[in-house]
Amino acid sequence: MTHRLNAQDVSFGYGGEDVVRHLDVAIPTGEITVIVGANGCGKSTLLRGLVRLLKPTTGQVLLDGASIHDLRSVDVARTIGLLPQSPVAPDGISVADLVGRGRYPHQGWFRQWTAEDDRAVASALAATGTTELADRTLAELSGGQRQRVWVAMTLAQETDLLLLDEPTTFLDIHHQVDLLDLLTDLNRDAGRTIVMVLHDLNLACRYADHLIAMKQGRIAAEGAPSAVVTPELVTEVFGLDAQVVPDPVSGTPMVVPRGRHHR
Amino acid sequence: MSAPAIVGVAAAVVPSSARRHRRRRERAVVAVLLAVVLALFVLTMMVGSYRLSPLAVVESLLGLSDDPSVDFIVRDLRLPVATTGLAVGLALGLSGIVFQKLLANPLASPDFVGISQGASVAAVLSIVIFHLGAVAVAGAALAGALLAGLLIYLLAWKGGVTGYRFILVGIGVSEFCIALIGYVLAKAQLFDAREAMAWLVGSIGQAGALQLRILLVALVVLLPVALLLGRWLGALELGDDAAHALGVRVEVARVVLLAVAIVLVALATAAAGPVSFVALVSGPIAVRIVRTGGPVLLPSALVGAALVLLADVVAVHLMPAALPTGVVTGAVGAPYLIWLLATVNSEGRGG
Repeated sequence: MTHRLNAQDVSFGYGGEDVVRHLDVAIPTGEITVIVGANGCGKSTLLRGLVRLLKPTTGQVLLDGASIHDLRSVDVARTIGLLPQSPVAPDGISVADLVGRGRYPHQGWFRQWTAEDDRAVASALAATGTTELADRTLAELSGGQRQRVWVAMTLAQETDLLLLDEPTTFLDIHHQVDLLDLLTDLNRDAGRTIVMVLHDLNLACRYADHLIAMKQGRIAAEGAPSAVVTPELVTEVFGLDAQVVPDPVSGTPMVVPRGRHHR
Repeated sequence: MSAPAIVGVAAAVVPSSARRHRRRRERAVVAVLLAVVLALFVLTMMVGSYRLSPLAVVESLLGLSDDPSVDFIVRDLRLPVATTGLAVGLALGLSGIVFQKLLANPLASPDFVGISQGASVAAVLSIVIFHLGAVAVAGAALAGALLAGLLIYLLAWKGGVTGYRFILVGIGVSEFCIALIGYVLAKAQLFDAREAMAWLVGSIGQAGALQLRILLVALVVLLPVALLLGRWLGALELGDDAAHALGVRVEVARVVLLAVAIVLVALATAAAGPVSFVALVSGPIAVRIVRTGGPVLLPSALVGAALVLLADVVAVHLMPAALPTGVVTGAVGAPYLIWLLATVNSEGRGG
């Protein structure tokens, strides 16, 4: 197993106390890694730190062995793509043009749009099933379609690593599954390394090859979902009393919470 | 670091032809706007107490005229004013759209976030207190605008500058400047106050030769620079995180773009005074004309130029008595602002 993206003893914060403290993380190349944890545990902070949106207060993030903060921004952007939690769509922009914005790190100050850019946009649209939407404006689309288009934009960036910050948050269950299937396709078909933060523990267990469970800025457990998700872990990480049973569809662990009224 | 390729190349035909169509449309819009601006540029030199045909104006501009009196009217009297209108309009239109895109808010034009007010305070002080000449007043206005921009940026800084904070701090600085202007004017001698008021309304007729020359040089340099930097804006308007992930050094890009926009509006204000609302309305008008969500910097600059030239024709020649340009842009711009406030809030995009 190789790990192109590593963090060694990293801490991240927003000026005050560090939210993520002294973590060692290795992202398995070619797999889907899902980060889970309770609100405020630092999972989004860790993801943002991995793609250098935050500067570590201790330690360093390594991309192919080099400290990510020493690399040129453009070189990092050609290797790691990020879909942020709430990206902003410019007024009136068409789907194809928005996806085209993902070509930024491949373009120069004086270089015009090339056939290579056209090809990248077309394949990103095709891979996300949004080719028919290319000429629509983003405002006309449903939430699920819009999220696919944003994924297409990060695909047009043509990076080996793709990081997504809570990509399913505003989607209904149908579109959540849809999007996660799409990301799995991208992982299986093109060998992309995918790292994402998810809220839904059961979906995380289904789609993750590698699960990182965080608690209060530290890693509580990591590994294959079937190896690490136990009732004890759920209690430790989410403070929730729960049963863990095999998912009847996928066989992966399924967490069935026990509320106060069902003891 | 080779990126994985995805299948689906056959689908390339449809989106790329539509893209070419959009780019063609955007080029056509620029061409039409350019023609409109040139027509208005010539028109402002045709009208006046001595009317000239378009042909006479163009001939004189190209040095083909053999009538010295026409040459005098066109080149010595009217060309400087028309050029000022053109330059001030380009500068205001460009700087307005950069502010609006950068701060992600249609209300964030330099005349609302304190830049113009900074220029005004400095100009009024130098007129009323120090009794300076026109060139020195222009210099003071330039310094005032730059200082206000710097002050707002520093006050809004909190590990980075967000559009929202910049706007709020800018409004605060703007109010402070307005209060200061009121105080100085209240204490001023009547003659000084009149002169200061004339400056405050803004008129392209008041620009001196030196101010105009500086503005023109700045435009020749900064207009192409701003158009190149539009690449940054295209990434920044997706949000800071997305821009960062695309490889833009967000804070550097923001400072440079703000600096370009502030220098442009500062020089325009130094030349003609604060011609109101042009920076506010040019961008949204350009966005609406272009319609594709594509690049709007050049269209916005051209809309700005067209508005100022048109406002000047109306102010000087269609009114019973000649008015400063700023009166007309204000009269047209204020209702637009009200409409903007009403619709922006109903769509919940105000902040």
